[in-house]
Amino acid sequence: MEFICLRDQPFDPYAELSAFTALLDTERQNYGAESHFIGTMRNFNEGDAVSTLWLEHYPGMTEHEIARIVSEERKQLNFGPALVIHRIGKLAPGEPIVLIAVFSAHRRAALDGTQRIIERLKHEAPFWKKEHTPDGERWVASNTKG
Amino acid sequence: MAIRIRYFASLRETMGRTAEDINPEGIATVADLWKVLDEGRPLPDRVLCAVNQEHATPSTEVHDGDEVAFFPPVTGG
Repeated sequence: MEFICLRDQPFDPYAELSAFTALLDTERQNYGAESHFIGTMRNFNEGDAVSTLWLEHYPGMTEHEIARIVSEERKQLNFGPALVIHRIGKLAPGEPIVLIAVFSAHRRAALDGTQRIIERLKHEAPFWKKEHTPDGERWVASNTKG
Repeated sequence: MAIRIRYFASLRETMGRTAEDINPEGIATVADLWKVLDEGRPLPDRVLCAVNQEHATPSTEVHDGDEVAFFPPVTGG
């Protein structure tokens, strides 16, 4: 099972995880490991305070890219169900930007899958961040090294 | 041929438009197309592209009816 979606409103990653796990029902018993990544908006970037963030995307392509990444990594690593939720629109500090969850029979595929999905998403999925600082608005030029 | 062009993020602001429909003649690739859009200047390294919503390169061929997008490096996650 796979669930990929973009949200234009704040979401609760823990409630989303509970809902997804409930959806898996008895299939959950096939997976001895699950790994989660939650990315949250910081109140600083490159030495400046950031008050709000705007996340632009390419409707259609963004969803397809995430689905492609999950599908390719599943083939490589052989994990089971995966969940990816990503924010778009206007965000405030402390709000979750992205949630990734990967389930697998054993820990390796879940841990590696989560890490590879977030790294590839950051480099391949068409999202762009614009942040508001005390000096005005600016586009984020590149991702941090991690 | 008829091509739908889309721009995103900082490039959308630089170009001053979100999208446009053009009918270029005598072009074969994304790089050729960019020259038509930007007064003959070559496609800058920092500008990425997609054809029909899949990542592409300057040498990717474009065809009648394609949607071609130009955008800066992505910064999601």
